Amino acid sequence: MAVNPKKHEMPVQAPDVRAHNFQEVALGYTLEIATEEAKRCLNCKNRPCVEGCPVNIAIPDFITQIKLGHLEEAYQVIHQSSSLPAVCGRVCPQETQCESQCTLHVRAKMDPVGIGRLERFVADWHNEHATEKTHVPEANGHKVAVIGAGPSGLTCAGDLAKKGYAVTIYEALHTAGGVLVYGIPEFRLPKRIVAKEVETLKELGVQVETNVIIGKTLTIDELFEMGFEAVFIGSGAGLPNFMNIPGEALKGVYSANEFLTRSNLMKAYQENPTTPIMKGGNVAVVGGGNVAMDAARTALRLGAGHVYIIYRRSMEELPARREEVEHAQEEGIDFRLLNNPVEILGYNNPENPRDPRNGFVTGIRCIRMELGEPDASGRRRPVEVPGSEFELPVDTVIIAIGTSPNPLIKSTTEGLEVNRRGGIVIREDGLTSREHVYAGGDAVTGAATVISAMGAGKVAARAIDASLS
Amino acid sequence: MYQILTKKVLNPTVTQMEIQAPLVARKAKPGQFIILRVHENGERIPLTVAGTDPQRDAVKIIFQVVGATTELLNHMEAGDSLQDFVGPLGNATETSGIHKVCIVGGGVGCAIAMPVAQEFHRLGAEVTSIIGFRNQDLLILEDEFRACSDRLFVMTDDGSYGRHGNVTLPLQEMLSQGETFDQIITIGPLIMMKFVVATARPFGIPVTVSMNPIMIDGTGMCGGCRISLVNEDGSRQTRFACVDGPDFDGYRIDFDEAMSRGRMYADFERHAYEEACNLYRNI
Ligand SMILES: Cc1cc2nc3c(=O)[nH]c(=O)nc-3n(C[C@H](O)[C@H](O)[C@H](O)COP(=O)(O)OP(=O)(O)OC[C@H]3O[C@@H](n4cnc5c(N)ncnc54)[C@H](O)[C@@H]3O)c2cc1C
Ligand SMILES: Cc1cc2nc3c(=O)[nH]c(=O)nc-3n(C[C@H](O)[C@H](O)[C@H](O)COP(=O)(O)OP(=O)(O)OC[C@H]3O[C@@H](n4cnc5c(N)ncnc54)[C@H](O)[C@@H]3O)c2cc1C
Ligand code: SF4
Ligand code: SF4
Ligand code: FES
Repeated sequence: MAVNPKKHEMPVQAPDVRAHNFQEVALGYTLEIATEEAKRCLNCKNRPCVEGCPVNIAIPDFITQIKLGHLEEAYQVIHQSSSLPAVCGRVCPQETQCESQCTLHVRAKMDPVGIGRLERFVADWHNEHATEKTHVPEANGHKVAVIGAGPSGLTCAGDLAKKGYAVTIYEALHTAGGVLVYGIPEFRLPKRIVAKEVETLKELGVQVETNVIIGKTLTIDELFEMGFEAVFIGSGAGLPNFMNIPGEALKGVYSANEFLTRSNLMKAYQENPTTPIMKGGNVAVVGGGNVAMDAARTALRLGAGHVYIIYRRSMEELPARREEVEHAQEEGIDFRLLNNPVEILGYNNPENPRDPRNGFVTGIRCIRMELGEPDASGRRRPVEVPGSEFELPVDTVIIAIGTSPNPLIKSTTEGLEVNRRGGIVIREDGLTSREHVYAGGDAVTGAATVISAMGAGKVAARAIDASLS
Repeated sequence: MYQILTKKVLNPTVTQMEIQAPLVARKAKPGQFIILRVHENGERIPLTVAGTDPQRDAVKIIFQVVGATTELLNHMEAGDSLQDFVGPLGNATETSGIHKVCIVGGGVGCAIAMPVAQEFHRLGAEVTSIIGFRNQDLLILEDEFRACSDRLFVMTDDGSYGRHGNVTLPLQEMLSQGETFDQIITIGPLIMMKFVVATARPFGIPVTVSMNPIMIDGTGMCGGCRISLVNEDGSRQTRFACVDGPDFDGYRIDFDEAMSRGRMYADFERHAYEEACNLYRNI
């Protein structure tokens, strides 16, 4: 039987409906669709897709189980390599990872197998149907502390807890989940999925202490004094970058982190929120990554009239997941590519300094860009087109041009080496320059992906186990 | 959960509480603050640590009822618990090398200034305190300031208590008469701090101001608390008050910008406050 050249479509909420609600956009495969999609897989001997997955999930094996209708078995295959399949199936940039290596795509120039969608299907099926109780392992008498409850920290904690370690996670915010709860919006990753993962960890015996900032409430040295034998730092890369252009202090200018935190973590997206956020009007989002897409689509759902994405390179270089870009376009987000902001404009009534509109954003001034020679990253460098400035009238500007690791832990931990960009320096197994202190995820690499953070948590858990047992 | 150990009404709009928070109680230093949420779904608000008693795991806060969350907090009683309480945040006030200090507090800013004044007193510095209020009804912490100050000026805007006038009045007089201080530290409304800086400027005395912009996380993650420092050449630097502050060199602050940013959500806040007040009126 010939292979269907097309990936099975993901059922989604219609664009004009979903643009006004915060429910999940992608509804997930049904059993029928998943089975059909699984049948597209050739079960290749050389397993190129596995190489494309940062944690080497045995992709053809789990897909084979779907074909057989053995969904719990399929889940167990994935679970051997990944602790957050319901999350990664939703948010992995599959087109540059597992699916980019798929034979169907590479050899036959067809759509790759929808690996991510199948992974999500299996994980959701498991979460809905699985009944077995979490098996609590026997304590091995060792204590480990984990800093940060993002994907790297949760994974490291889970893997160690399964081996009998007494693990405590210290989280600065009032809710566990890291970027998964404060950054990625509900319509892409429902909070209940993250909450479920955290619940499972607690059932395993992991202590989750929220409202503790390591470096302030407690230091790493104090953790060792408290009897922890190893520490994993999974503190992420939460420090927002600004552009340093005039007008960034105007009212209505947000970092994407602030905008998304207000909407997600502080629930400003719900009716009658207690935390305010600017809604409505026209919104410009600067940047082209997942963060920019999330901010733009959140602004739209909060009631913006018109939402622009301003990005200085072209569609080809846009780093966001393809699916999110397509979804954003369908929802009516206006992509203004090859443009760069030079100034944010604000209202100023010189006659009346008490005019309540004073200091609010009225527009953004941009300059057109052209792609020049490739730069160090191999991407063509954007250069300004002289005299091409123009203005867009907007009420809110959201800056999503990247984040860096927060210096708080480094500045309070003697002997912890970081690189030029603030990333913690580690060996291959996750060990930092401090004895018994490990690190991984965005705190090491700078802003990256959920799956790489999760993978780093696994590597460190293995190394910690090896050094303590 | 974080239990309210004690509650004391200081004046009609200012309340003092002690909260059970052992880790914060052990760590907090004068000048640092906490962030709390009253209930699940509540807003995160920053309040300064007004004192600690590590033996009792207690952290003292003093707050003025200005909006929805502080109104809600004010309706909590000893024995109730707060949902979240995290800290200590920000940097402690710099005390080294300062032997003669003038503390200038305005309104509820006096609550923030008090532990700083006490710390200087404990360290043996000569402490001059100027505290100002709109009127006698709003006066707080006079006894506490008297106990830790070598000299105390109490000012009211309407002359109903102490001396009539702004806090800058005694400061101006002292400086004009040739008094000097190693440092002036001022905490209160932005407009007051702006004038304290203007008063000190001709005399070249260093001024520390305590900035209190709108915050969310308090860890440097959102950038919402950013303020601009202006360099001598007019160039500007962005700083996050929650991690780089809250204390800054008063001569470099763009006060007008900070005042403007502080009013970003004025409409929303007024509305939320009215709702919170109605909630209690109906009960
Ligand atoms: C809006 C947005 C959208 C994204 N979309 C995608 C996507 O579609 N696909 C994808 O793969 N990746 C995406 N990413 C990136 C991905 O979320 C991150 O790479 C990943 O979450 C990193 O995990 P982490 O565990 O290293 O850190 P984080 O998730 O950042 O978690 C770190 C945690 O540590 C806590 N913490 C920090 N400092 C301290 C301290 N001193 N003490 C205690 N706790 C501390 C933080 O509060 C946080 O909870 C997105 C990121 C953002 C912001
Ligand atoms: C580092 C820091 C320390 C602080 N310490 C104290 C303290 O010890 N005692 C105290 O009473 N207050 C303190 N504040 C101010 C306090 O956080 C606000 O009064 C509080 O957030 C108001 O919340 P609300 O919901 O009741 O009012 P909202 O409805 O949020 O605001 C009501 C009014 O208060 C103003 N306001 C809002 N946020 C702030 C703010 N952060 N600072 C000043 N005014 C604000 C608004 O512009 C508005 O006019 C501090 C603020 C910071 C940043
Ligand atoms: S975890 Fe991500 S990269 Fe790995 S198989 Fe799943 S979707 Fe692909
Ligand atoms: S490369 Fe594609 S077709 Fe081959 S096993 Fe992997 S998913 Fe299946
Ligand atoms: S409060 Fe978010 S960075 Fe300061």
